[in-house]
Parts: sequence; C-alpha cells; structure tokens
Amino acid sequence: MNTLTLPSPTAFRTSVTDESVLDEAGHAESTLQVTAGTKIRAEDVNAWFGKAHVLKDISLDIAERRATALIGPSGCGKSTFIRCLNRLHEVVPGARYKGRILLDGEDIYHRALDPVLLRRRVGMVFQRPNPFPTLSIRDNVLAGWKLAGQRPKDPDGLVERSLRQAALWDEVKDVLNRSGSSLSGGQQQRLCIARALALEPEVLLMDEPCSALDPIATAKVEELIHELKERYTIVIVTHSMQQAARVSDFTAFLYLGELVEFNTTEAIFTRPANQRTEDYITGRFG
Amino acid sequence: MKTHTDRAYEDELGKLREELLLMGAKVESMVAASVRAFSERDYDLARRTIECDHEINRLEVEIDGFCLSILARRQPVASDLRFLTSALKLVTDLERIGDLAVNISERTIDLAVDPPQRSYPNLARMAETVQSMVHDALDAFVASDPAKAQWIIEQDRVVDSLYSQLFHEVLVFMMDDRSAIHRGMGVQAIAKHLERIGDHATNLAEQVVFMAKGRDIRHQASLEPGTTT
Repeated sequence: MNTLTLPSPTAFRTSVTDESVLDEAGHAESTLQVTAGTKIRAEDVNAWFGKAHVLKDISLDIAERRATALIGPSGCGKSTFIRCLNRLHEVVPGARYKGRILLDGEDIYHRALDPVLLRRRVGMVFQRPNPFPTLSIRDNVLAGWKLAGQRPKDPDGLVERSLRQAALWDEVKDVLNRSGSSLSGGQQQRLCIARALALEPEVLLMDEPCSALDPIATAKVEELIHELKERYTIVIVTHSMQQAARVSDFTAFLYLGELVEFNTTEAIFTRPANQRTEDYITGRFG
Repeated sequence: MKTHTDRAYEDELGKLREELLLMGAKVESMVAASVRAFSERDYDLARRTIECDHEINRLEVEIDGFCLSILARRQPVASDLRFLTSALKLVTDLERIGDLAVNISERTIDLAVDPPQRSYPNLARMAETVQSMVHDALDAFVASDPAKAQWIIEQDRVVDSLYSQLFHEVLVFMMDDRSAIHRGMGVQAIAKHLERIGDHATNLAEQVVFMAKGRDIRHQASLEPGTTT
C-alpha cells in the first residue's frame, strides 16, 4: 500500500496530469474537479463589497467528508468565499454576490431556500472563540437551538454527543453549568465547535480557527479536524501553510480574489503547478 | 525565480548550495586524480587521493546536519523541499563516488608489484565518460537543467556497455596468460569501480530531474507493471 497518497484518491479526478505539472511553471494551472463525492460546487462565484470586486469567477468543488483548505494572503478573498458558502456574505451592508453555489446539487441562493436553515446545514467556527459569556457550557452547546426557538428531543444526550465529538467532554463533563468563558482559549474554541456540531450540520466552515490558540490547543483542534472529517465536510481558512499541509486533503490558493491553483494538498506542497503558488508557499513574497 | 522574503533563509539555502558544490568539486577532482594515478602509475598521487576521503566524509556529515537543521527550523515546501531532500541524497552519492575513487587508488597501489599494464582503450573511454558524467551532473545541478541530466542518464548505458566489453577482453587476456591474472583482476576491479561511479552520477542526474520538475524518474523501467527485478 502506498501510504503517501490520500485515503481514497480514486474518488477524485484532476485535469493536472503528471505531464503538465511544472512543465511551464505558471502556465499549467490546475483545475481540479471532483467528479464523485462533491458536497459543494462553486461555479463562477463573484463577490463585491461596494465597488470592491473581492472574488472573481471562483469555480471549485468541495469534496464530501474531506478537509479543503483555503490559503492566500490577507485580502485574497478566502474568508469572503467561505462566507458565501453559508450566505453570511450577504448580511454585510453593501455586499453583493453573483454566481452559483450548489450544496448536494441544490442552489443555496435559490429564493425558496431559507438562509437560516442553510446555516444549520453549513455550520461555522470563527477566528476568535466566541462562546456566550453569560451562558453555561451546556447552554452554549444548545445555543443554536435556542436561538432558533427550538428544543432538541434529547438535550442532555445532544450536549454529551456534541462535546464528545469536539473532544471536550472529558474536560467539562463535571462542570457543565459553569460559564463558557471560564474555559481556556483552546477549550472555548472546541466549545464553539461543539455548538456548531449540536445543530448536526453537514458542512463545517472554519475561519482561521486556531489563530488565537497556543500550539497545544492548536494540535487538539487539528486532531479534531482529522476525526470530524470522517463525518463532516470541512472547509478551513488558514494563514498557516503548515496547518493547511497538516490537516487538509485539498488546498486552494487564492490571490487578489482569483483562484490561482486548486489541487490535492500533497501536490500543492510538493510540486505546485503555478509559479505564484510556488512563490507564496515558499515565502517569496517580494 | 524570486528570492525568499526572509533573507536569512535565502542565505541558508545559498550556503547549502555552495557546500554541495564544494563537495562535488572535491569528489570530481578525486575521481580525476585516481584515474591519473592508475594510468601514470603515480602511487604518491594515489595515496594523496585516499587521504582526501576524510574531507569528503566530514562534508557529508556537515551537509546532512545542515539539511536537518533547515528542515527542522524552516519546514520547507515545494521547490525548497525538493532541493533539501535532493541535497540529502546528493551527498550520499557524492560520498560513495569519493569511496570509489579511494578504491581505484588502493587498487592502483596494489598493482605496483606488477609490470606495466597493456593498453585498454575501453578503460580509458570509461574513465573519460564517467568523469564527464560527474562533472555534467554537477553542472546540471547548478543550472537546474533536467535536459542535461537526462543526457547523463543516457551516458550510463554507454558506460555499462564499455564495462561489459572490457570485462570480456580482460578475461580473454587472463586465459591466454595465466601470469597476468593479478593484473587482469586489478583492471576488472577498477573498471567495476568506474562503472559504479557512472551509476552514482546517474543517481545525481535523477535527483536533478526531481528537483527541477518534481518528477521521480528512478527505477522507471522496473516499476512498470509486469516487470520484476
């Protein structure tokens, strides 16, 4: 068995053949297309903040039950892109969107689709841990349900299941009534992950989830991502290229609002096809 | 290619490149000296060549350590990662080439008791070809030139063919003249060492292709389905 390849690379097809890779650096752009197990398909996605055109014709497939990383310098549009995936972009005043995003083949911008319901299917974890400070750990986990004015069938079971999935249960099971803000930063971030998981989403968007965490807490969240992708589709935005290399199966490099290259993480970090990707990931920013 | 924004990192990679070239140049001159010592029966030169091996071993350890340090501290990716992993393999091949130059020199000293060798044009051609392979492999490394590297790989077939011809030629010579067996076996051993230098130069060239193109071309024929090695 070749242990250097992805767990099931046969599920995917890429138009980048061995022949094209690096032949003419910068000209052999990859256009990885996931033909099986596609959870989200983005087609010609464009986004604006006022007059600023921040995403330009982004087309890519997000593989189901895999982690896809978005990398690129600040302002490249990677956070905007994931905020388009759960329609958070449109809530910003002056923000506009054009294109198509299909979740399991359904257009998420269809007028009949309720964005609130969409956000239950496509959960999100933000850069800074943001538990509700006045709520207990238990109530933080159930916050999504409460905000929707609903009550799960078995709240205690859901709290335990979500905290276990977020690898936090053992640390908090005896203090569930304490405030969420009593936890360490890393624990708070895993609490936010548990809160997102309690809504039983299909996709988890993570916007720089470890940027405020120390290396130990970061390692725990990364370990968690490895476990979560067995059940969920994960899209992670990160400024840490090592993190993208460690946790993701696919990596997209965005620059100035354009998708420069999208390929398996292994290919991106060992033999990127595009010179701009090469320059960025090797630290040649001049 | 642009330079790294972190100048210290750029300097480290530059220093690694220089160290590799220094080691390569020393190994190249060891091969040349060992061939000349054999053809001119210059035993003093053979002994000096053997002494050079310490320096090559020292450089191997030093460069290995430097590579590990860069890998640990910089976590290189893409072309930098390929350069680092190639450097680790290049030093091993260079060190082996140095060992083979030592082996040629030792055999030359061993043959001092024998009368002068008859002329073997195929041996001279082998020596010339493998020296140019090592030289060109280092050039290809400096220029990151996969086309040149490919040419070196093709030269290895020439060397293998010359070795095969020479081996039989010397065998016939020994069968005709039993008193020449010691001399003949010495020549065969030296030819084998040269042939192995050609193999290591081929390894260097394959690493240059990997470094430049990100494509691993080693063992291509033997890795095809249905073939066995």
